Amino acid sequence: MKSFTTQMAWRNVWRNPRRSVLTMASVAFAGLILIFMLSWQFGSYDTMINSAVSIHTGHLQVQAEGYHDKRRIGQVVERPDAVAKVVERTKGVDTYTTRASAFSLVSSEDRTYAALVVGIDPEREPAVSTLESLVRKGSFLAPDDGYQALIGRLLARNLKVDVGDEIVLLGQGRDGSIAASAVRVKGVFESGQDEFDRSTVQIPMAAFQEVYAMRGGVHELVVVCESLDSVPAVKQRLASTLPGVEKGLVVLDWKELMPGLVQSIQMDLISGFIFYVILILVVAFSILNTFLMAIFERKKEFGVLLALGSTPGRISRMILAECGVMTGLGIAAGVVLGAAVTLYFEAHGIAFSGAEEILRQFGLPERMYPELSLLSATVGAGVVLLITSFAVIYPALRVLRLRPVDAISTIQ
Amino acid sequence: METQSIVSLSDVTKTYRQGRVQITALDGVSLEVPQGDFLALAGPSGSGKTTLLNLIGGLDRADSGSIRLNGNDLGAMSESELAGMRLEQVGFVFQSYNLIPVLSAEENVEYVMLLQGVAARERREKARAILDDVGLEGMYDRRPAELSGGQQQRVAVARAVVSGPSIVLADEPTANLDSATGRALMDMMRSMNEAKGVTFVFSTHDRMVMDYAGRLIRIRDGRVAGDERREGEAES
Repeated sequence: MKSFTTQMAWRNVWRNPRRSVLTMASVAFAGLILIFMLSWQFGSYDTMINSAVSIHTGHLQVQAEGYHDKRRIGQVVERPDAVAKVVERTKGVDTYTTRASAFSLVSSEDRTYAALVVGIDPEREPAVSTLESLVRKGSFLAPDDGYQALIGRLLARNLKVDVGDEIVLLGQGRDGSIAASAVRVKGVFESGQDEFDRSTVQIPMAAFQEVYAMRGGVHELVVVCESLDSVPAVKQRLASTLPGVEKGLVVLDWKELMPGLVQSIQMDLISGFIFYVILILVVAFSILNTFLMAIFERKKEFGVLLALGSTPGRISRMILAECGVMTGLGIAAGVVLGAAVTLYFEAHGIAFSGAEEILRQFGLPERMYPELSLLSATVGAGVVLLITSFAVIYPALRVLRLRPVDAISTIQ
Repeated sequence: METQSIVSLSDVTKTYRQGRVQITALDGVSLEVPQGDFLALAGPSGSGKTTLLNLIGGLDRADSGSIRLNGNDLGAMSESELAGMRLEQVGFVFQSYNLIPVLSAEENVEYVMLLQGVAARERREKARAILDDVGLEGMYDRRPAELSGGQQQRVAVARAVVSGPSIVLADEPTANLDSATGRALMDMMRSMNEAKGVTFVFSTHDRMVMDYAGRLIRIRDGRVAGDERREGEAES
């Protein structure tokens, strides 16, 4: 019985092949767009997060409680070596480094600017951030460099200094004393993010400790996890083990460290969502139109089926089966095409020629890649299936209200 | 011996509203149709023939009066009970064939049996046998569009009688056929009536078709204007 109804539904779908193909094409197109766009969004979010994480924050940071908000130099991780040992042993951690920072005045012979002076571990930093690869002039810091510095390109330009020149750092030490020292520019870096390049000086951690009287303390223990997905679990593990090493520490993840990035992703998701809703509604109306037309055209036929003893419910089920065939084929085509297009661009990427400057400001590369996942391949298709199923309910209900005598006499 | 009535109508009225105008399609019709009748409802267009067939077949409901089919009061039945009654007890033949275009001749005939829950093999055997009976051997797989009007109407008759209904209602079955094809169809229906005792009630305003009828009821302005038993029907 079921196969007969399905067979009838299949044949009915092909009664008006042009209309059916157009309807299926609209479903397939929606599926394709949804799969590609969702993959694109998810891929670009990963790129944005990884870029931001690799330049700035890492996936997680261990800090003294309150440091993230107040940035006081005295809010430190007192025993970074002990904390580092715990971090190193924690499952899911890939690598880590330590940083300390202080707002200071940076002076050259002619000019003075405010900047963030960051003490980094020259050995560990390259494994955590892309800083080493951003050095455009001179070279990256070495552990035994002493009083040498990396300086952002725009800050170097503002201070009118170059590799080999001397700059003076003037700030406040952890103990409240004046921190002052001269350092020599060893390299100039360029991240493309103007704010970062305009206001950052990096010096070896050993030098930072001396200049700012840190007494072994650091401000951040920056952790990179094995993957973005493992961040919550690692955070939880660290949060539970760190109190045993040192009190008053917190573990912050990249979302807490970069709330602006999270908000921009949320904004993008919302605007994408609005676009998808419009797209799906257009497809739903296409399906609705197809089936209302079918019912209008086949009213007499339905009347005959009712006269022969068929129930309205059976006819409604046939309509639903026809919808299932059409949307099923459309979605299958959409998934195949969407996955193929996405995989192609996943391999080749899409270059944003002319927008490199803007993208750099956000730490993004000029070529970006969608990322096909089970979620991006199925969620759009699932929603299209759901909405089109809703769209066909109205025509199916209209069939339920058909009276055989009215239906038959429509044309007779 | 008195023959049992399959259909019994008592003082049936039916009115339609067409815009602001009330049209009386049937006005106090009473009628008995015994088993085995080969009955023609004759009358001009708009006289109420189709309305009467629709009421007997449970496709529509009377405003007043009672209609009984095999003793069951159709007015007291729900829509789903009427659908069940149509499925089990009534066969329909329509003026414009009304076969399901996506089904083959055999599948069209099978459809009613499918609804009745008859097993696939039995359906197929019965459908082919009845198609053979109506002269459509070897045309089982043809779709309606691949059949002539006469052949389509034969399939429609086969569909109407295949499951052994109590009564077959045919609304102007020859209206779309040429006279030779119409005559052949009437011959076929009459032979089914004679050989298998199938009760036929058909509407017509064609003199040739009336000549086939064993009983002729004339309908005029929604009333029974005449009811005559006939002998020596048309020769094929």
